[in-house]
Amino acid sequence: MPRPSTTRPPMAPPRSFVWTRRIVLTLLTVFAVTPVYVMVSSSLKPLQDVTGAFRWIPARITISPYVDMWRTVPLARYFLNSVIVCTSAAALSVLIATFAAYAVSRFRFRGRRVFTIVVLSTQMFPGILFLLPLFLIFVSIGNATGIALFGSRAGLVITYLTFSLPFSIWMLTGYFDSIPRGLDEAALVDGAGPVRALFRVVIPAAFPGIVTVAIYAFMTAWSEVLFASVMTNDTTRTLAVGLRDYSTQTDVYWNQIMAASLVVSVPVVAGFLLMQRFLVTGLTAGAVK
Amino acid sequence: MVVGVFISFKALTQLYLAQWRDAPWAGLANYRIAVDFNAAVGQALLHSFVVTCAFTALAVGLSWLFGTAAAILAQDRFRGRGVLRAVFLTPYALPVYASVITWAFMFQYDNGLINHVLHDELGVTSRPTFWLLGDNSFIALVTVSVWRNWPFAFLVVMAGLQAIPRELYEASAIDGAGVWQQIRRVTMPSLRPINQVLVLVLFLWTFNDFTTPYVLFGNASPQPADVISVHIYQASFLTWNFGEGSAMSVLLLLFLLLVTGAYLIVTSRRRRHA
Repeated sequence: MPRPSTTRPPMAPPRSFVWTRRIVLTLLTVFAVTPVYVMVSSSLKPLQDVTGAFRWIPARITISPYVDMWRTVPLARYFLNSVIVCTSAAALSVLIATFAAYAVSRFRFRGRRVFTIVVLSTQMFPGILFLLPLFLIFVSIGNATGIALFGSRAGLVITYLTFSLPFSIWMLTGYFDSIPRGLDEAALVDGAGPVRALFRVVIPAAFPGIVTVAIYAFMTAWSEVLFASVMTNDTTRTLAVGLRDYSTQTDVYWNQIMAASLVVSVPVVAGFLLMQRFLVTGLTAGAVK
Repeated sequence: MVVGVFISFKALTQLYLAQWRDAPWAGLANYRIAVDFNAAVGQALLHSFVVTCAFTALAVGLSWLFGTAAAILAQDRFRGRGVLRAVFLTPYALPVYASVITWAFMFQYDNGLINHVLHDELGVTSRPTFWLLGDNSFIALVTVSVWRNWPFAFLVVMAGLQAIPRELYEASAIDGAGVWQQIRRVTMPSLRPINQVLVLVLFLWTFNDFTTPYVLFGNASPQPADVISVHIYQASFLTWNFGEGSAMSVLLLLFLLLVTGAYLIVTSRRRRHA
């Protein structure tokens, strides 16, 4: 029989504990699930049913919100923008973080500690602090070179890199540290260079960690609102901002908003389910250090 | 970063946006405006700061409480535990703006779920409530923030629980401790290191949170829920006074550095004494 995964010894808990557990967990379930239920049920209602008083059980069910939402707002374009920006940010993030984490994990160099601290401390700064400087830097790069970063997808990718890189580097360093040094030292002895050792030995061994970092970078970019709302224009707008277009002066298409919210959630929820196990390991490894 | 500090000393307005380096120096004037609590700008900033502190304290406290309670109660095996875990993580997995928009829908005055339940079904309130305007907006903001963050606390505490050695529970059971005593004497003390990190992370996230209030209230936050990140955003991008906006950001950063530093010193000293 497999050993139970709980840490508490198997012992019949007293009634008071069982009842507390039932009540608290039920309440929390209701709290967690209600918005999701509202999202799903409202996305299946016709417009006049979501503008009237709320009903738990939809009186009429229709899939037209899922059809109309693409026409009310150029959702497909926003979707494409989001996919381009987030995929690029994730790919670049993995590439840079892998090299940086390998260096931090395997080589002693001057400023290694400082580097780690700087990387970590960027986590605590409010995003708003970066917004104004980045805005001005983009504007002046645009003035100096004629490359219009402001309002472009590339500008947004660079911005998202500044968010996801610190955490990615931190997490990957933890992963690389957990890979026995003997492995890549053996490769070095066999005559491989450090880069070759990285690609042939360390990266395959740290693959789950690398996937996690990619998903993490994708998800942060996918959910970001502040920079997306300032740094995009009509053609480069991403989903995070585009969803607001469903409310016009006269009407708010709540059923279409809910439908669109569900659709944009799908990639992120899927990614989250893929990585949640790794995420916990990464976080606790970092916390213990 | 450096640029941010740099422009906080400048009298940067929309006139100079294209050539921002040539903007006239303002010295400490931007800071003086920001901390002059007798004038309108300073007073608004102070108000927003106080609101943010209250919001953060409440939201972090509740998120921590919910997450820890759920993790400890769901520690033993029982039927449906796996499903429950997945359910608890959904708020955290959904993209922030999608779920916050849903909350905004639920808080609507005439077609929202909250008023339907409180007023039509339970009859708690004598008339429907405006949740996104006026004093109630603070409650709405805390609710959404807690809903969003407690699964993270749950996740972290759950991982922390797995690191507690089985022997501790066995020994305490032999000594005659019941489940409640075990939670108080074994589980909680063992979780302390994890909790210290968790509370700090929750604090920083909640304090700096921009997306939740911005999506919930739109461009104009109601006064009682005017948190600092949105406040600075409005000061910068609606009035285009970047100098003042940066001065406020730098002050905010100094405050966060101070609090984090003090927190780390206090917790690590306590750990050494323990």
